[in-house]
This record gives sequence, C-alpha cells and structure tokens, in this order.
Amino acid sequence: MATTVVPPGSTTPPASPRRPVARARRDEATGRGVVGTLLLYAALLILSVIILAPLLWMLSTSFKTTGDATALPPAWIPPTPTMEGYTKLFADAQAPLLRWLGNSVLVGVLHTVLVLATASAAAYPLARMRFPGRRIVFALIIGTLFVPGFVFLMPNYLIVDGLGWLDTMWALVIPGAASAFGVFFLVQFFQSIPAELEEAALIDGANRWQIFVRVVLPLSRAPLATLGLLSFLGSWNDFLWPLYVLFNPEQLTLPAGLATLRGAYATDYPAVMAGAAIASIPVLILFAFVQRFVIAGVARSGLKG
Amino acid sequence: MTATTLPGRPADDVARRPAEPPRRSPGPPHRPRPWTPYVFLAPFLLIFGTFVLVPAVSGLWMSLHNWDFFLPDRPFVGLQNYIDLFTPDALVAQQFWESMRATGLFVVLSVPLLMAIPLGLALLLNQRFRGRTFFRAVFFAPYVLGVSVIGLLWQYLLNGNTGLINGYLAELGVTEAVPWLTATPWVWVSLVGVTVWWTMGFNSVVYLAGLQNVDDALYDAAKVDGANRWQQFVHVTIPQLRPVLLFVLTMTVLASANMFGQSYLLTAGNPSNETRTAIMFIAEVGLEQFRMGLAAAMSYLLALLLIVVSALNFLFLRQKES
Repeated sequence: MATTVVPPGSTTPPASPRRPVARARRDEATGRGVVGTLLLYAALLILSVIILAPLLWMLSTSFKTTGDATALPPAWIPPTPTMEGYTKLFADAQAPLLRWLGNSVLVGVLHTVLVLATASAAAYPLARMRFPGRRIVFALIIGTLFVPGFVFLMPNYLIVDGLGWLDTMWALVIPGAASAFGVFFLVQFFQSIPAELEEAALIDGANRWQIFVRVVLPLSRAPLATLGLLSFLGSWNDFLWPLYVLFNPEQLTLPAGLATLRGAYATDYPAVMAGAAIASIPVLILFAFVQRFVIAGVARSGLKG
Repeated sequence: MTATTLPGRPADDVARRPAEPPRRSPGPPHRPRPWTPYVFLAPFLLIFGTFVLVPAVSGLWMSLHNWDFFLPDRPFVGLQNYIDLFTPDALVAQQFWESMRATGLFVVLSVPLLMAIPLGLALLLNQRFRGRTFFRAVFFAPYVLGVSVIGLLWQYLLNGNTGLINGYLAELGVTEAVPWLTATPWVWVSLVGVTVWWTMGFNSVVYLAGLQNVDDALYDAAKVDGANRWQQFVHVTIPQLRPVLLFVLTMTVLASANMFGQSYLLTAGNPSNETRTAIMFIAEVGLEQFRMGLAAAMSYLLALLLIVVSALNFLFLRQKES
C-alpha cells in the first residue's frame, strides 16, 4: 500500500515568510505535511486491518480442518488445507446454500421493483396534482414514517397466514413493499421538477400517464436508484421476519438460512465459515463493482431526509 | 398517529405552484379526468392499506384480547394485557421490563459510539488522498454482508475458549479467557463492538455527504479569523452538519432500539436473558409462544416510546432547517 503520496501539481509550495521552513512544508493541494500524510495512511491502514482481518479469518477457516480451526496459536494460512467444510455443506439437503442465495436475490429484486413501481406512481399525483383526499393520504403516509416496523409484526403474521403466504416468498416481497419513506422521498424530488416540462408535454397532447413515464421518471433516475438500492439492502439484510414466516429449508433466504447453520453445525467452524464465505463472496464481488452507486445512494438518503 | 403534529410543507408547496397546466394552455390537451390521481395511487394504497393501515388498527384490537394463535376463543380482556405489563409481581412484566432495559442499555451504549466513530471516520475520508474511494468501500463493506454473516463470524471470533480474539489475548499474556459472549459486562462490549464494526461505514457515508456540502468559504473565513483546526471543527463543521447529525441520530436510535439479530446470533439473550432485547422478547412471546395479544400490547408500548423520541427529533430537525 502507498505510504507517502505526492499529489500532482504539488511542486515546492511557497514558504510562508513568517513560519519556519520545516513547518511550511505543507502540501498545497491537501493542506497536510508529510507527517500528516503518514499519520493519515497509518490510521487508514489500521482501520482497514480491523475491517478486513475478520473476513480473511473467515475465508482461511473455511479451508481448515475442524482441529486446525480452533488450534492455538492462530494460523492464518491453513496448515492442512481442505475443502471439507464446503463439501459437507453441499452434501447437506437441509442447507441448500445456493438456493438460499437465489431466494434472497429473487426476493430482493421483486421487492425492489414493487417498491419503485408503487412508490413512484403514488408520489406523482401527490406531488403534481390536486384532488380531494390528497392531504389525508399524504398525512397518513408521513404519519407511518414514525411508526416502527415491529408494530405490524403480529397482525401481519395473521394477515400473511390468512392469505396463505406463510412459507412462501410473497410473505417477504409484498408486505414491506408499501414504502412510506419511498413516497415521501420521491414526492420531494418530483416537486423540484420544473412545471414547464410537464406543460410542454401536455400541449403536445400527452396524458398524465405518458408524462409520468416519459418525462418524470427519466428525470428521476438518481432518486429512483437511491430508493432502489436502499430497498434492496433492506430486503437483503432483513432477518427477523423471514426467520419467523419461513420454515422449509428450501424456502429460506440467506440470513434466515445461515442462522440455522449455527445450530446444525455448532462448533464445526470450517463448515459454518464456509457457509458464511459462500454468502459473502458474491455480495462482496458485486459490491466492488457497484460500490460507487451504493455509497452515493446511501449518502443521498441522508441529505434528503 | 403523529401526522397532525407535522407541518404540511410539501402540500403547501404544490398549492403555491402555477395553476393546473391544462387551464393555462389553450391547446387541445387531455382534460384532467377526476379519477386519474386515484389510479396512480391505487397499487400503493392497496399494499399500504393491507399491510400498514389495517395492521396498525388490528394490532391495537389484538392487544385488547387474550389472543392466542392456536385457541379458538380469543376473549376480549380490555386493557388487561397492558395492566399485566405494569404489574410488578407478574412474571411477564418482569421479563418485559428486563428486555426493555436491555434495549435501553444497548441504545445508550451504542448510539454515542455510532455517532462519534463514524464522524471521525468521515473526517478522515474527507481529506484529499489517493485511494479514498477504495478505503471508503472497505469501511462500508461489512454493512452489505448482513447481520447473519456478521453473527456467525463474530460468535466464532469471540468464543471464550477457541476464539481468535482470546487467542491473541493469550499471546499477549492475558491468561484468563475473557467470557465475551457469556458474562456481563463483556456481552455488552461484544454486542456494541460488533455493531460498530458492522455499521460504522454506513453512518460515515451519510456524514461524508454532509461534510462535502459544507461551503469551503466558511473554512477560509474561519482561517482568516485565526481559527485553528479544532475551532474550525467546533464552529464551522458541527453547526453546518447539524441537520445531518440529527438525521443520523434519529436513524441510529431507531436502529439500535430495533436490535435483534446481534443478540439472537451472538449471545442468544444470555447470560440469563440479560441481553434479550425488547424485540427479541416480543418475537418470542408472539411468534414462538403465540401469545399474540400480549406481544401486540408490548409492541405498542415500545412503539409509543420510540415515536415520541423520533417525532421530537424530526420536529427539532425541521425547525433548525427553516
């Protein structure tokens, strides 16, 4: 990793006459001295180790024998590398990891699509039309922004049971799809779109649906991407609800499925870590490619809120 | 619901906009049909009504009954479920308040760290240096893994006998194994530490966006006035960051009050239910023992508390913005 960095365009900074020369050796672009840069990278390095070391340990353990997994002193390179942990899991019909991964992706995508479709369609008239009942609808949506999700846990369990959705992915896809936050977030954005654009389309004979699809939505790519990413992350990380509404190992999502490994494999750490690794690696690879967008999305959520 | 206490700003904005377009343009455009807005709203309202509005009311109704999932009779008991929760001798009251204590303790211990450490991290990442995007992604990465991976990983790392953490402590000469997951106060250190490790990247990214919105001219002005780094931080950064700070505070308090997965996976509520959080207890009573009326009553009590806290935060935030 880089230690000292000399950014481009930083030739010799003009020494301030009032300061001693040594202290004036600051970088014009960054306002930092060499010592400052060293300290900065030292801090970043330590933090990165704190974040990455546990993940590397997970990977390393997944290739160990059960004996080596708990041996002291800790060995970062497996002394006798083995795929046992992985083969054990793949042979276990109670732990269909790839199926769980697929379920999680499918649920996440369907949930996200549904959130985007319903929230944007609802936000459009709330932002741009006048009609009786608008204030009431908007007030109800804003009101539920403050109601924590667990309030709906018991009644929704009964409703989902009544609909015959227990132990199906619909229990995960649909109930959470009414995103009050999503509507609130998009209403704010839609209101910032200049009215002239809509008027021009109306003069051209477009109806409201056409304006929504051809004018409003294309202008809203950034907030829609933000909402989509937050919805996907929320669904992906959802733990409590799938734990209680799904039962069959074939139906589980990754979080609910992984939780069963803890009981089933207890201290068979190579197997448990193999499961964790299979769950993490595709996500981390995907994240490496889209991290800019994910981070931009999360950042924007704070500024709007 | 708290809707009435909120300023109706978004709605007013619309009302102040130019009149409806069709009236201004003389051309042949579509006449606005009165049902158009409702068609747009219908899909959302269908889901919203079924899984948000109906449950909000039916949950309250359940909480007034002795509602057991497996019993045919669900007699109306009025406020008995709530009274039970405030009867000091009742076992359920003791267990409920113990779980509320666990949640409260977790909020108090975790929120300051989840506010401060990510802010420090954001200040660090707000410097100009090579590899900034890389480090930002590294710090955010644990968040995308989800609580189940985090839970499995750390219950192994923190295992009292065979975990890596105690392994290294032993190397450093700590002869007695630290019971990270089985005894207080260590369980709290573990739960808070793991949560910080898991989510600090998320909060720092929100902070970072706020920091990048601070006008550089303000720092220049402060420098002209002779302010040092610390004074700039206190007098420029913090006031400019206020809305973002309050947003992060609200979100973090709610997230910590909703804590479930960490306790479920790391400590299973141990020792002797000391780390069993309110959400964990509600889920146990309602979805394992199926005493759903009682569980609904507990949810409403906890929700009321949180609604008050977050509404206060929200109003404060709005006031400061305007």
